[in-house]
Amino acid sequence: MPLKKIGNQTIKLLNPPSIISHYSIVGPKEGDGPLKDYFDLILEDDLWGEESFEKAERKIQEQAVRAAVDGAQLSLQDIDFLLAGDLLNQIVASGYAARELAIPFFGLYGACSTMTESLSLGAMLVEGGFADRVVCATSSHFSSAERQFRFPLEYGAQRSFSAQWTVTGAGATVLSSYGSGPYITYITPGRIIDPGITDAANMGASMAPAAIDTLVNHFQDTGFQPSDYDLIISGDLGIVGKSIVIDLMKEKGYDISKNYTDCGVEIFNPNTQDTHAGGSGCGCSAVVFNGYILKEMKKGRFKRVLFMATGALHSTTINQQGESIPSIAHAVTIDINNEQVM
Amino acid sequence: MQNFNKKDYQEYAMRKVPKPTYLKNAILAFLVGGGFCTIAQFIYNFLSSRGFNDEISSMGTSIFMIFLGSLLTGLGVYDKIGKVGGAGAAVPITGFANSIVAPAMEFKREGFIFGVAAKMFIIAGPVLVYGIGSSVIVGILTILFKG
Repeated sequence: MPLKKIGNQTIKLLNPPSIISHYSIVGPKEGDGPLKDYFDLILEDDLWGEESFEKAERKIQEQAVRAAVDGAQLSLQDIDFLLAGDLLNQIVASGYAARELAIPFFGLYGACSTMTESLSLGAMLVEGGFADRVVCATSSHFSSAERQFRFPLEYGAQRSFSAQWTVTGAGATVLSSYGSGPYITYITPGRIIDPGITDAANMGASMAPAAIDTLVNHFQDTGFQPSDYDLIISGDLGIVGKSIVIDLMKEKGYDISKNYTDCGVEIFNPNTQDTHAGGSGCGCSAVVFNGYILKEMKKGRFKRVLFMATGALHSTTINQQGESIPSIAHAVTIDINNEQVM
Repeated sequence: MQNFNKKDYQEYAMRKVPKPTYLKNAILAFLVGGGFCTIAQFIYNFLSSRGFNDEISSMGTSIFMIFLGSLLTGLGVYDKIGKVGGAGAAVPITGFANSIVAPAMEFKREGFIFGVAAKMFIIAGPVLVYGIGSSVIVGILTILFKG
């Protein structure tokens, strides 16, 4: 019998790890969006002095980790493990960032769900006594993602209304066994759900059922109601996916219309920034979490947040072979208070 | 969520996506595509007025339009024209130039052999393969049935 697992698929952390530092870096377009005041660093140039977009993404992720560790008044040697991933083939942004950082490294691939995948595993490492401090990080870059998944930048193609805009940015979170919060108290890892959608320009609709599955399991396992949360926020479902989640959750008896939103919906202004269905990419949920959510929690606006990054685990190759898009969503509960202590 | 009907869901999800603005797209495609054709006609008329025959004038016009498409791609303008013009920017020969120059620029960082040269035709390749392929088939059929 696992001691810390409750219900179908949720983990209750008995000694919740604390978020002791966090940092976000975004590109110029994100720095023009509605959340611009929350980001720690806004780049003027998305190459950031590097020769290629892949190298720029590596640098963005590396600097986010360094700054987050600095923010906790620690040095890199104080960090036990780094858990990171990104969208590039063989997660090279993370691997090459880890080369510079020289922290023992677990490379993760959860596509755009990587932020909560790394937070989940990092929290378990700390809570289980395997580490005192870990860094969870992820990044994405619009231009490196475009050339890998879609078209060359200068190609004159039209994007569909369901298409989303990959966020350029990286977020890093330092978790520690000591600290005064916010705490990670529950983790609900997701199952792969595949609604059979093959259109890679409609990720929101592909990922929404996975988000709904994780949400329903989370509420059933923990006994929480949506109203127990000040904010329920998914990673990058965008405008299309958000609307599907609200509708179908209502059918299942959960009204989340008042306190639910999506990082991809919040990060851009679709009317002025031409981002169609919203933001996407690992960086989308990473910068919204490490920028907006955690800063608003510290201000006291949100006391308990359910943060659920969503990922589409396909590749262009298997998609071209006719396969649909398998999707996943991992949820973590972030509490300003440590309820076990109270 | 596991036993839900995928077909029903896909139909439901399609209704959540805003409908493409067909009429607006068609009008913009007409204007942008027509604009390129008008420029080409000016070039052709100019060359004809200089005494070049039809064949040379046509060829010169094509060369100029390919240059224009490549230049606008290099200047970072053609992707914006393409976004507005859609098929009106993709179908003329300027769009063909864009589809070759854009990957050539994009993959320059991977080197001139495995980058520029190997990736240059990732978009235009299918057009060339099936364009040239079908012209060969039509050519053979012409020889067989006309000769």
